[in-house]
Amino acid sequence: MSDPMRIRAQAAGDKVTVRVLVSHDMESGQRRGADGKIVPAHFIQTINATHNGKTVMSAQWGPAVSKNPFVQFSFSGGKVGDKVIVNWVDNKGDKRTDEAAIT
Amino acid sequence: MERRQFVQKTSATALALSAVALGLPGLSHAQAWNKSAFESKNLLDAVKAMGGSAAPTESKDISLTAPEIAENGNVVRIGAATTNAAITQLAFVVEKNPNALTAVFDVLPGTDANFATNVKMGQSSNVYAVGKMGDKFVYAVKEVKVTLGGCGG
Repeated sequence: MSDPMRIRAQAAGDKVTVRVLVSHDMESGQRRGADGKIVPAHFIQTINATHNGKTVMSAQWGPAVSKNPFVQFSFSGGKVGDKVIVNWVDNKGDKRTDEAAIT
Repeated sequence: MERRQFVQKTSATALALSAVALGLPGLSHAQAWNKSAFESKNLLDAVKAMGGSAAPTESKDISLTAPEIAENGNVVRIGAATTNAAITQLAFVVEKNPNALTAVFDVLPGTDANFATNVKMGQSSNVYAVGKMGDKFVYAVKEVKVTLGGCGG
């Protein structure tokens, strides 16, 4: 299992801007390890965020997203104190869910 | 050996996909990973794999934020935004990467069509922000020069 995500959700007026820093290797499948063999690809394929049960972000990623990926998005209708829940699934079936309150 | 790795890989992918399908029944927008799109080698193939019927056209509706020069190809911050309400998906395509399509964001109701993320770039290349409107695609493009590549190494 991997480390928790760092999620920051900030409300400004009606809009909530969410920044997520995911802890994941995002191995591209192009790199060779010290033994000269290609390191198998290992990357997040789908990532979602929900607020009050409503999906506010949904994305599919390829192996070219950076290691420890960053993602920023914004949605309207969030209030201070509401929870934003982010979850991802990678190509090996690992998954993780974290949440943060809107500030 | 190669075959074994291939079998392991494909079964892991199948597991991941079924995990998405089974684990998140409440999320109507959670969709299966578009394998063929992420294996495409250029912009046109990626657009076709995402359901496009024709070559994408350049449009001012999409604004792409990307650096002109990226010192480190491992982490290149790019962002895309659009004001066109007809666009349902925004995708990032890095032309000269081994697999061109990098990320696809769904534009959901209530969510601003404004996303940013970090991508890896193997070498200097054109970066496209592609917007999907039904089977029509529009894009914005910017060239990003990379001083130090982010693939291989």
